[in-house]
Amino acid sequence: MSLAPTLSLAAAPHGSLAAAPHGFLSPTGVEIAFLLVGLVTFGAALITVTTRQLVHAALWLVVALGGLAVEYLLLTAEFIAWVQVLIYVGSVVVLLLFGLMLTRAPIGRSPDADSDNRWVALAVATAAAVALVWVVTNAFRTTWIDLTGPAAGTTRVTGASLFRYWVLPFEALSVLLLAALVGAIVLSRKAKAKAKADADGDGDAGDEPAARTPAPVPAQKDGAR
Amino acid sequence: MNGALDVALRLVAVFVVFLVFPLVVGQTEHKVMAHMQGRLGPMYAGGFHGWAQLVADGVKFAQKEDVVPAQADRRVFQLAPAVALLPYLLVLLVIPIGPGEGAVGQAVDAGVFFALAVMGVGVLGSLMAGWASANKFSLLGGLRTAAQLLAYELPMLLAAASVAMAAGTVSLPGILHAFHWWWLPWQLIGAVVFFVAGLAELQRPPFDMPVADSEIIFGAYTEYTGLRFALFLLAEYAGIVVLCGLTTVLFLGGWHGPWGADGLGWVWTLLKAAILAFVVIWLRVTYPRLREDQLQKLSWTLLVPLSLAQIALTGIVKVVIS
Repeated sequence: MSLAPTLSLAAAPHGSLAAAPHGFLSPTGVEIAFLLVGLVTFGAALITVTTRQLVHAALWLVVALGGLAVEYLLLTAEFIAWVQVLIYVGSVVVLLLFGLMLTRAPIGRSPDADSDNRWVALAVATAAAVALVWVVTNAFRTTWIDLTGPAAGTTRVTGASLFRYWVLPFEALSVLLLAALVGAIVLSRKAKAKAKADADGDGDAGDEPAARTPAPVPAQKDGAR
Repeated sequence: MNGALDVALRLVAVFVVFLVFPLVVGQTEHKVMAHMQGRLGPMYAGGFHGWAQLVADGVKFAQKEDVVPAQADRRVFQLAPAVALLPYLLVLLVIPIGPGEGAVGQAVDAGVFFALAVMGVGVLGSLMAGWASANKFSLLGGLRTAAQLLAYELPMLLAAASVAMAAGTVSLPGILHAFHWWWLPWQLIGAVVFFVAGLAELQRPPFDMPVADSEIIFGAYTEYTGLRFALFLLAEYAGIVVLCGLTTVLFLGGWHGPWGADGLGWVWTLLKAAILAFVVIWLRVTYPRLREDQLQKLSWTLLVPLSLAQIALTGIVKVVIS
């Protein structure tokens, strides 16, 4: 991974307009690698949504997200690639596995790991994919990443563009995340208060709502045993 | 051609370090624990002070039958040790031990991020092992592992971010080039938080609730035998090497020392990392295991606020001196 060629990325918001036309007839090594990794990522993503084994789905998700990180690397966005690994592989999937193990994660197939909405889901996914591909290719049709020049996706470049050109969206997003955080705490406390009220009301209602708490500090229940 | 040879040599060197250093830490642990607890420890293998005990252990592990439980998920079960071990090998690639070009496996632009991101992946191995064993003790161990990782990843990242702020770069050699001796007191809180959180991420005592033998046998690794079990143990010791190396580089000045860094830089790095490894073993021998709720409380109510305070301090000092 760290052997990725020193490359560059359209991190700058004003991508240089292509002067020379670019062809696809003689692909470079990076382009071939990009395509192959893309295929692996796509395959892993497909298995993720089709497999009947819940934990396997989560593990294939690791492959898909890791593949995306490699794609970022090949496009010279090194910082973004590591953030992808840190956030998605290291935290989101761990959280997902934690949730699965806490609720139910049988070895083998889960007979109910199936949805009647599969065709609707397929239609929505296809529509979303087509829209995204169409918009992105149209928007960045003239932007080309110079893979041979000095690396343009380094932390310095990414940070500069983030905090010079995109400060407002960045700050808005952080406020949004803060709101989500506060919301999660409010929700979990409400569930806890309700569980307590139920337990006070009639004796046997302690088990069910407590298990539903999103539990940002899951293990505290252990200590209360 | 020369370039390819250079890369190959570096990879081989890192691989040798990866194979040797964890074993040295393991052997040191045998001896230090024996001395601290006033017992002999293994004294016979090989003659002098039982120096060959590790070899004997290795032979023992290799001889044992590799058992996969009948109810287990075979492939995930078998894959888990590799997932636990490989990330530490990758992290070793980016830790610089000296100031020169040749003293780091591969200089990565966002080294701090790379190291922490890849270290987090290793925990997936424990989770896979815990789930795939089809054993409730293993599952409990896996759950505790996940809870522990989620709790301690945050303070570790924040502490590392503080150093990156101080240095103005996230490259590990870059941080060391910017180092001054007064960073030691300046980043002291961050250093303690980072080291403690790292210990917890490695599930080393006193944070070994996920493998608490008196409650859940050996947590996620209960069903493992033979070489696969040895790989998990190796992952733990490789993790100690990586953690001590990272703490040395980020907080203790790496190759900087009282008599200059020229030529002797790597000695300083190794010396500091070795002292830290000794502390890791020392803590194992002296501290009782934290209960699960104490463990979570320590992270969320102490380490996270401390690391945020460290970031605030770093920011203030940085603005004042610039």
